[in-house]
Amino acid sequence: MSEALAFVREASEPEDPPPTFSSGAAAWAKANLFSSVGSSLTTLASLVLVLLALPPMIAWATTDAVWSAPDGALCRQHQDGACWAFIFAKLDYLRFGSYPISERWRVNTVEAIGACLIVWLLSPGAPRRGWAALMFFSAYPIMAFVLLHGSAALGLPIVDTLLWGGILVSFVTAVVGIVFSLPLGVLLALGRRSKMPVVRLASVMFIEFVRGVPFITILFMANTMLPLFVPESWTPDRLLRPLVGIALFSAAYMAEEVRGGLQLLGRGQYEGAMALGLNYPLMMGLVVLPQALTMVIPGIVNNFVGLFMDTTLVSIVGATDFLEAMNNAFKDPAWSGPTIMATGYVFAGMFYFVVDYGMTRYSAFVERKLAKGRRR
Amino acid sequence: MTRPKVATDETSGDSAIAFAAVHKWYGDFHALRNINLTVGRGERIVICGPSGSGKSTLIRCVNRLEEHQRGSIVVDGVELTNDVKRIDMVRREVGMVFQSFNLFPHLTILENCTLAPIWVRKMPKRDAEDLAMTLLTRVKIPEQASKFPGQLSGGQQQRVAIARALCMNPKIMLFDEPTSALDPEMVKEVLDTMTSLARDGMTMIVVTHEMGFARQVADRVVFIDNGEIVEINAPGPFFDNPQHERTKLFLSQILH
Repeated sequence: MSEALAFVREASEPEDPPPTFSSGAAAWAKANLFSSVGSSLTTLASLVLVLLALPPMIAWATTDAVWSAPDGALCRQHQDGACWAFIFAKLDYLRFGSYPISERWRVNTVEAIGACLIVWLLSPGAPRRGWAALMFFSAYPIMAFVLLHGSAALGLPIVDTLLWGGILVSFVTAVVGIVFSLPLGVLLALGRRSKMPVVRLASVMFIEFVRGVPFITILFMANTMLPLFVPESWTPDRLLRPLVGIALFSAAYMAEEVRGGLQLLGRGQYEGAMALGLNYPLMMGLVVLPQALTMVIPGIVNNFVGLFMDTTLVSIVGATDFLEAMNNAFKDPAWSGPTIMATGYVFAGMFYFVVDYGMTRYSAFVERKLAKGRRR
Repeated sequence: MTRPKVATDETSGDSAIAFAAVHKWYGDFHALRNINLTVGRGERIVICGPSGSGKSTLIRCVNRLEEHQRGSIVVDGVELTNDVKRIDMVRREVGMVFQSFNLFPHLTILENCTLAPIWVRKMPKRDAEDLAMTLLTRVKIPEQASKFPGQLSGGQQQRVAIARALCMNPKIMLFDEPTSALDPEMVKEVLDTMTSLARDGMTMIVVTHEMGFARQVADRVVFIDNGEIVEINAPGPFFDNPQHERTKLFLSQILH
């Protein structure tokens, strides 16, 4: 009787290969494109649409386009293609605005150093990334300002910000926004969770006020009200005003992102740090913020993407950003023609897309890396 | 090794921890009621009691993770007040091990151990790392030093937490249910570590349900119920001949 109930395995079950169509390209296509009649029809319809629409678009941008011309005459003859010659002719203006030609090397230098720092800062595994961060958030802005604006002591002629324009202004606005809004946002987020009522109230009021009004309102306020808040002898620069506006605006949104990260962190981390004798700044700087900020990288990058789009709005208070420079370039009578505007806006769209898509791709990459490395 | 015998009512400056008439409320809830307890240097105290009885609250008052509202707590000669400097001074000398480990998941095991010595004790990085490796060897996991906490088992994480606390060279160690979150087969490795620590003369307060550990290691067992100390006794008499009805009931429920 006991023999009938007992069982002891003497050999393992054989390991069989998986069924066909469970992996590989065919399996993927079957699962994702042709899983049902409806999905097969949708796939085929989409394919037809793409095949109909894509070739004319590519032809417009490449084979039918005018790639080089001294002025708009050739573009007016070839109206079925883009007029890239216009972009090439205006490229310097689109990059620098009215920045004096003899001083444009300064812009190039600042942009090159900035690019190096960003690559250093963002490359995983690069040595001493802390230094890169420190320089990007402290020394670099000062150096960039001195170089771009000029300094009599260093023998660099002053270039009034009214002359700045194009991609230079877009980048300056974005970098100033990023460099100032992140630390300010962190402080506001900490302030909002502070035990001190005055600090908390001030943070909440600032954040809710800024989040409650449109960005354009902030820009107009910065433009007209900032001069009222500072001594009469010091009139804030025309470009500085929207920069202050964008930094404050972005900081409020950043603060909410950071607060979200702080809330994700359990009490245990605070208690673990406190029990080791870490005081508040050490606890925040070494334990809490490194974790909270990495958890909200997607949100922070999302804010940066939005901020870069918002830089186009500084034109309404008189700054010449890239898009505004493009609009100005259209006014050149030598380059008037029906294809000019379409070309210009497609180019502008590509520019913003490349920058913003790069940012979101990077954030996705960092997310994947963190998900893989840490926590099991 | 000699075990110092310390009377319950001793309040001399030589004690490691002295609670005097301590009360604590959470809102309207009276969490600690008139706690009087003096822990001598080198003494091992085990605190037990039903859940919600206030035993965790009691040891969390020692390093001010919780504030008491009345009475006084003197730790290593420093009275705990709202003064942040005093709190920091006490926390530097008091190590704590939590039920949920509370390791820092973004740092390696070694960095977890060296963080406080480097930033709080201002120890050179090399020395801190040497110290950390010594203590990780002591808790028998030096080979895990470059891993992240999430890659370790619960028992290993808790031993790291013990090593991390020891890196600050504390005079007093607090254990808040250190084995309650562990799988049964990992409890022993943590208890062994704590036993060896006790053998070296560390002043310890341990909140635990591990009665075998209490019997073997404790100098005195404190039974808390409903926020008040019900009975304090040496482990032998405490387990074999409990005096109070509530102690008897509690022991009958956890000892089978």
